[in-house]
Amino acid sequence: MDINLDSALQTYIVEARDLLHQMEEALLVLENDPNDSDTVDSLFRGAHTIKGSAGLFGLTPIVSFTHGVEDLLDRVRDATLNIDSALIALLLACTDHICELVDVVAERSASLDAQAVQRENALRERLMTYQVSTPTSPDTWVRQSVIDDSAVRAANLDWHISLRFGEQVYRNGMDPFSFLRYLNTLGEILHIVTTTTAMPALPEMDPESCYLGFDIRFRSAQTFETINEAFDFVRDDCAVHILSPRASLSEFAALLGQLPESRDHAERLLVESGSLLPGELDSVQSQLPTQPSPSTDLELPADPVQLRGDSAPQATAREQKSRESRYVRVHADKLEELINLVGELVIAGAGAKLLASYNPESELRDATAAVAELVEKTLDCALRMRMVPIGDTFSRFQRVVRDVSKELGKDIELEISGGETELDKTVVERIGDPLMHLIRNALDHGIEAPAVRQANGKQARGRLRLNAFHDAGNIVVEIIDDGRGLDRERILEKGRERNLVPAGATPSDSDIYNLIFEPGFSTAEAVTNLSGRGVGMDVVKRNITALRGSIDLDSRSGEGTTVRIRLPLTLAIIDGFLVGVGEAFYVIPLERVQECMELTSAANDAARRCGYIDLRGEVLPLLFMHDYFSIEEAGAGSRRQNVVVVHHLSKKIGLVVDELMGEYQTVIKPLGKLFGALHGFGGSSILGNGAIALILDIPALLTRLSEDSRACVSKSTTTSESLSVSQGQRS
Amino acid sequence: MAIVNQCPEGGVNWVIDGELTIYTVAELKAELLPSLAPNGDVEVDLALVNEIDSAGVQLLLALRQAVTACGNALHMKGASPAVRDALQLCNLAHVFDGHASLI
Repeated sequence: MDINLDSALQTYIVEARDLLHQMEEALLVLENDPNDSDTVDSLFRGAHTIKGSAGLFGLTPIVSFTHGVEDLLDRVRDATLNIDSALIALLLACTDHICELVDVVAERSASLDAQAVQRENALRERLMTYQVSTPTSPDTWVRQSVIDDSAVRAANLDWHISLRFGEQVYRNGMDPFSFLRYLNTLGEILHIVTTTTAMPALPEMDPESCYLGFDIRFRSAQTFETINEAFDFVRDDCAVHILSPRASLSEFAALLGQLPESRDHAERLLVESGSLLPGELDSVQSQLPTQPSPSTDLELPADPVQLRGDSAPQATAREQKSRESRYVRVHADKLEELINLVGELVIAGAGAKLLASYNPESELRDATAAVAELVEKTLDCALRMRMVPIGDTFSRFQRVVRDVSKELGKDIELEISGGETELDKTVVERIGDPLMHLIRNALDHGIEAPAVRQANGKQARGRLRLNAFHDAGNIVVEIIDDGRGLDRERILEKGRERNLVPAGATPSDSDIYNLIFEPGFSTAEAVTNLSGRGVGMDVVKRNITALRGSIDLDSRSGEGTTVRIRLPLTLAIIDGFLVGVGEAFYVIPLERVQECMELTSAANDAARRCGYIDLRGEVLPLLFMHDYFSIEEAGAGSRRQNVVVVHHLSKKIGLVVDELMGEYQTVIKPLGKLFGALHGFGGSSILGNGAIALILDIPALLTRLSEDSRACVSKSTTTSESLSVSQGQRS
Repeated sequence: MAIVNQCPEGGVNWVIDGELTIYTVAELKAELLPSLAPNGDVEVDLALVNEIDSAGVQLLLALRQAVTACGNALHMKGASPAVRDALQLCNLAHVFDGHASLI
């Protein structure tokens, strides 16, 4: 079998290592303070969790060895066994061994070598010596009342468990058998009936879907919670009904109503499993009308009996405590509120700084500067709290790639890099769908069938790469395939047909490829022509744009396609560059600003005439903000003007403004619905002095300008025909 | 991997070897389905199966269902320890020994 690296197992391995590490620390604490009962509890819990989860994955060697350790710790917890240095040494050796087991059995799915087996046997023997030497007198550890309870229970310890697995169980990487095996570690399966009533006939059944159900008569002295916990991992994919040994006939009657099988069939299953006697059926039936369906589903039995001193709810509370020691779960709303407040703080801080700058007292200025620095740090911290690595999103696609490539009869390998790159949680959540679409597209249409690939001299196995990295305040996500690439000519032809490309124009390759993001480009005809590529790409683009991101595409015929998505790291705050035009303020996202320079009045006149200037030998088209936004010239052109050179992708343009006011931490406030139709603005922000600044959306502005001028404001080195951003067209 | 032998008297003999798990069931179903004929019993040899999981058992049940639906029987000829272990876990050993059951 392949090394089972599915993500649940990975999680288990990581968790087990964490727990072992914690156990080791706990043991060292105990060495100094043998009476610390909290630490003993956490130790026991660690062993218990490692064993329990190992059972779910069918890792028998871990279960069986850890079981011995758990037993021992249980007695330490009950104070029937005293902690001494020999015991600590043994337990440390045991944690080391479990660690080795996790490495070998869980991670490499191999078995231990002879040396390790020998070590294990020696450890087991040492564990056994503690087992034998313990006094077993019950009154030292079990309260009298509990014994009474257990006496009652001894009469009947048989639970009934009905499991109906959902079709997705296998796809989620679980095997129903592992739950049965795990049950066997909690008690004894006396009888089990397997049912497949949900299974369609062979031709229709999907062998990778699960249609199995089990009715189990189960003998165990465990509590309801412990048995119920066994199914925590599969809760979403399985209907679990557990009836306690004391379940009344009416509870069985209710169960009959909840099982998917017909009542007759369900009854036969219960009788066959031995949980119901044939004679009892009639009385169950007589209860049916009066007892429609009490909510027995996963409810606590009326009176849970505990054999040990500790109650299960306490155990769960403790388990949670250990998790909380590493993570604090915070409601997203609270975090949102914090970030909002910090945003306001930034605004208020900017106001204070502004006032301080008018004040001659240097001490005040120093103080506000210190406050501003702290505010900035607080802001960074607050924003980082929302940051999550993109790796989890990426690794979800392993399964997609496996399934889709199998479905298509292709051999495709998914390579992931940059998974540790962090970005805002809301962005992560919303990028999943577009990514899925792009990946499916690449698998479906990008990468060729193995035979075609070999015929073209490529490796039969296709490669799809997901990559992420930070770049200038953005995160860049790349989806790279080594497939056939896009058909440039076809797209161009199609673009001409749809009037997306003006007749006679010769757009650059990347402009052509990006045509597939145009809405309506993916018509049925285009689908056949481009083998489906382009279906729904406009939707992908729209989703990305809604996140203030951009998408572009690069392709080489026969070599593959790279789709590059750029997204802002966060949606709440940007580093901005504040400029003044007349009486109005505008914020330009700082990462869009390349440089600033002065526009002398002499150069101004010339620039106004032709609409561009010479930027170190390059042609730089200019946009006169006064004209574009129809702002009254304050000082009748007498004021010195400045040019802010902004860029997006390979496009550059110079914005002509009056005043440069420098860097500005901008808290984005969305524009109201009223302004929804406005293009070119990414939002607004409130300045320290209470004025409102509009945030320029440079990519949208550039796109709009290119559309307006009906020519591409493309690379600054292009010929003069692309420089038609003249005043006439702008007004 | 499955080998399908047509018996001269009308029945079919399947030999499955290697894995009978979620990783192979789809393939195995595709291999075995065409050989299902309306007449003659089916004999399945599982002596060479070294790994089986619940998806594998489920496929066996589906195959058996398809065979019995035509009025024929599915007999298990050999069973490896892995198969025996799995069938015992879910208490299905008797199903493949030809006894009547709920399923």
